[in-house]
Amino acid sequence: MTNWQILWDARDQFWSGFLSTMEIFGLSISAAFLIGCVMLFMLEGTRPRLALPLRIFIDGMRMLPFLMLAYVLYYGLPTFGIRLNAWWAGVGALAVYHGCYFAEIFRGSRLTFPPGQIEAAKAHGFTKGKMFLRLILPQIVMQTRPLIGNQLIYALKDTAFLVIITVRELTAAANNLSGTYFIPTEAFIVVIGFYWAVSIVMEIIIKQCGRFSAKRGFDHV
Amino acid sequence: MNTSAWHMLLEGAWTTVWISGVSIAIGVVAGLLIALIRLARIPIVDQLLVLYVSLARATPLVTLTLFIFLSAPTFGINLNRNVTGILALTLNTTAFNAEIWRSAFRNFSREQREAAMAVGMTPWITFRRIMLPQLVVTSLPGLVNEMSFLIKGSPAIAVIGIVDLTRVTNRISAVTYEPLPPILAACALYMLAIGCLVWLQRLAERRANRLAV
Repeated sequence: MTNWQILWDARDQFWSGFLSTMEIFGLSISAAFLIGCVMLFMLEGTRPRLALPLRIFIDGMRMLPFLMLAYVLYYGLPTFGIRLNAWWAGVGALAVYHGCYFAEIFRGSRLTFPPGQIEAAKAHGFTKGKMFLRLILPQIVMQTRPLIGNQLIYALKDTAFLVIITVRELTAAANNLSGTYFIPTEAFIVVIGFYWAVSIVMEIIIKQCGRFSAKRGFDHV
Repeated sequence: MNTSAWHMLLEGAWTTVWISGVSIAIGVVAGLLIALIRLARIPIVDQLLVLYVSLARATPLVTLTLFIFLSAPTFGINLNRNVTGILALTLNTTAFNAEIWRSAFRNFSREQREAAMAVGMTPWITFRRIMLPQLVVTSLPGLVNEMSFLIKGSPAIAVIGIVDLTRVTNRISAVTYEPLPPILAACALYMLAIGCLVWLQRLAERRANRLAV
């Protein structure tokens, strides 16, 4: 059991890798959520000329592997004189990529949104922005929470791709440790355990949200 | 980009396509097998499969690929890069496919199964003649969707040095010092491949809906 002893002594590296992954994940997923909401608002139809290019952009992103977008930001942008370091390129790529997925999830749910509510809100004198913020967005977010949960797990898994553009995160930590001490099996089992634990926690949180939204009457519209 | 760069790019695309294709083929069949075994509810095997599906769905592909590639030699197994890549992609996609097949099984109409039993079909013939043809049609949209996810995840195999469509852009830009054109060309190729799959999925969905009516 000396291998596990070595890993226990190197626990700081795992921990900092884990924190780094969570930092990237938390920051980019919050940004992605905002991007998704903003895109949904822009698709609302306030500016019809904006809707079509946006739809094309969203569909294009959905046909692209995540790593390609990270490549564009990390290797491609310096051509235009914009130099991002690997960390920011990774966070930016994750935010834009998953923002598009969020927008698509929201859009799908928006199509089945009852039009009567919107007419009622208009009759009560809600402005477009207020109606979106108070009425449409909360219901759509609550209705799509299983899909959002799925997307969060995909986003967590996509953070591991960033090891290819040299971001130091959880998978990179395992890779370094297995290179230093030559104990790849144990190091990667620990890391997979970390990812597994995080996705289970996310699933539990999503379920709890379900209880909350049932209490607030989001589910039986 | 000159001709040799395009040639390299297409070679990378071919690597991506054949490795993904092999993984998809194995993954669809293995997923069906796992779904069947889970339906049988064999005590310990069932729990193990639940654990496998849960783990495989939570593990990032890059981590899985590195794990297999680095730890297989410590058990005395020598895998070359391509086999490792196929194994990692297959392990990942099988878990998702198993869930798709399983939900199709659970939604299969009880009346048809009872009717088959009533006319004296053995379970195997019921499965082969009645269930499987319909299950294929109903689960095809989900399976094709999973295929496009697999292709989107396939750049993970670049981490162990397989020169796929993603990594080949680095090779080309190392010669030409212009990273953007090969990356954009690779993006276009990926969009073409995944666009085809999305189109196929729509076709499959239409067929599945026609069957449901």
